[in-house]
Amino acid sequence: MTHSTPDVILQTQDLTKSFKGFTAVSGVNLSIQRGHIHALIGPNGAGKTTVFNLLTKFLKPTSGKILFNSEDITKLEPAAIARKGVIRSFQISAVFPHLTVLENVRIALQRKEGTSFHFWKHESTLNRLNDKAVDLLDSVGLSDFASTVTVDLSYGRKRALEIATTLAVEPELMLLDEPTQGMGHEDVGLVTELIKTVSKNRTILMVEHNLQVVSRLADRITVLQRGSILTEGNYQEVSNNPEVREAYLGSEIETEHKHSAEVAS
Amino acid sequence: MNNLKLNILLLIIAVIAPAVFYPVFLAKILCFALFACAFNLLLGYAGLLSFGHAAFLGTGGYVTGYLMINTGLSPEIAIILGMVAGGILGAIFGKLAVKREGIYFAMVTLALAQLVFFFYLQAPFTNGEDGLQGVPRGAIFGLIDLSNNYTMYYFVLAIFILGYWIINRTVHSPFGQVLKAIRENEDRAISLGYEVNRYKWVAFIISAALASLAGSTKALVFNLASLTDVHWHMSGEVILMTLVGGVGTILGPILGAGIVVSMQNYLSGGELGNYIHIIMGFVFVVCVLSFRSGIVGQLLKFKRNNF
Repeated sequence: MTHSTPDVILQTQDLTKSFKGFTAVSGVNLSIQRGHIHALIGPNGAGKTTVFNLLTKFLKPTSGKILFNSEDITKLEPAAIARKGVIRSFQISAVFPHLTVLENVRIALQRKEGTSFHFWKHESTLNRLNDKAVDLLDSVGLSDFASTVTVDLSYGRKRALEIATTLAVEPELMLLDEPTQGMGHEDVGLVTELIKTVSKNRTILMVEHNLQVVSRLADRITVLQRGSILTEGNYQEVSNNPEVREAYLGSEIETEHKHSAEVAS
Repeated sequence: MNNLKLNILLLIIAVIAPAVFYPVFLAKILCFALFACAFNLLLGYAGLLSFGHAAFLGTGGYVTGYLMINTGLSPEIAIILGMVAGGILGAIFGKLAVKREGIYFAMVTLALAQLVFFFYLQAPFTNGEDGLQGVPRGAIFGLIDLSNNYTMYYFVLAIFILGYWIINRTVHSPFGQVLKAIRENEDRAISLGYEVNRYKWVAFIISAALASLAGSTKALVFNLASLTDVHWHMSGEVILMTLVGGVGTILGPILGAGIVVSMQNYLSGGELGNYIHIIMGFVFVVCVLSFRSGIVGQLLKFKRNNF
């Protein structure tokens, strides 16, 4: 698998990032299959978020290549990568807090209108996007909150809004950075279902700490440790890998595994 | 709807104000109000703190003043050219400044504005410390003579309304939406595919051009273009006006400009003249400490909470 095959949407080749002598990501070869939900897990400091920042060019790789649909995107600017269809979320919910919920989604829809530099037009020219925006809000269960100022939403709803906003730009590949971080049980379930729903016909790469979420969603899992790939496989393979258990997950994965086995039986 | 009523009310006040106040004083307020509104477009709606806006105010004044003294151009053309010059300068400033964020953005604009200040100090056509004196007001379209202070005031009012309308429209445009998104969460705007620096740059140019429009108009009102308008004190003053009035509100900078200019005018003549900077500093500190969203921002909050 050194060359990308047609069903590989994103590939990295020896992706490396060093900060003044400290190598945060070292020689990572990722390969994301189209249509998969691919999870990136690993202990704190394993370099998961750094990989995300490299993929979306919020950080510049020290060396290595990033291929999206077999095209080299290593040198592109972040906004250009987004326009190619690789849309990311952030660890802290990425919303526009003092705009309304509807406006949040509309900002994402607006770009393709080609009027984003038109400072002489009235914003009411954007109203024709409202129906589409409401549809998107509906798909994440937020249509009742369309005119709410976003800052007043609960945390879980903010994350749902973030997903609706991401969907608005019709991403080919969604990168979700810890979508359930800091959430209560109910919200975790809600967002997990939401990700499951929106993953149809899409590819998702997610960083996630909650192994229950990973076990329910991920088709494939890559385990990072100290900036390198420790192993890769489906949940069974990864959770049974003694190296993974010993190296970092330890008892946590066992209990999670038991738990999911209980749920399954 | 409510806004429309308010705007009409303000317009009526502006039209009858010369019956009570000295028209040159009112024209001065309007010039600074436009300057502050232009500045607020950047700080309030794009989240960019420029510390070099005096360069644009001054450039507008010098270009218009020079043209009025040395060419036979009519004032509206001289004003437009002053605005264009400021816009071009803004394009250069902006191109360099938007690469940096926060305090570094402010420092880049300050450094560039200082360069412009020393250029005008040395350049032969500005008369250095003396400034361009005796700038004729001319006649609009060669027809309406501006030497009458009342005529001048209504001309300034028309320019102010035009500038105010442009700013209002920019804020409430598709472009304004993107600016607000950038102010709210720049990384997210990038991740949605917006090249944020280009949006900031365009906002910077619009703001600089309108600040120059204010400077050009001011040069005609006072028959003078001087170093005061390019000095960094002026860049500070516009921040003061905007913060006192209410940053990120449409009317705040106008009120702020009115307050600051009135204080300067009435205090400098009286016994308190020597203490003017102390009094202004005190007002500024009180404003920033007790109502950070400015007077208009505070009123809007009060209205939201009680009505």
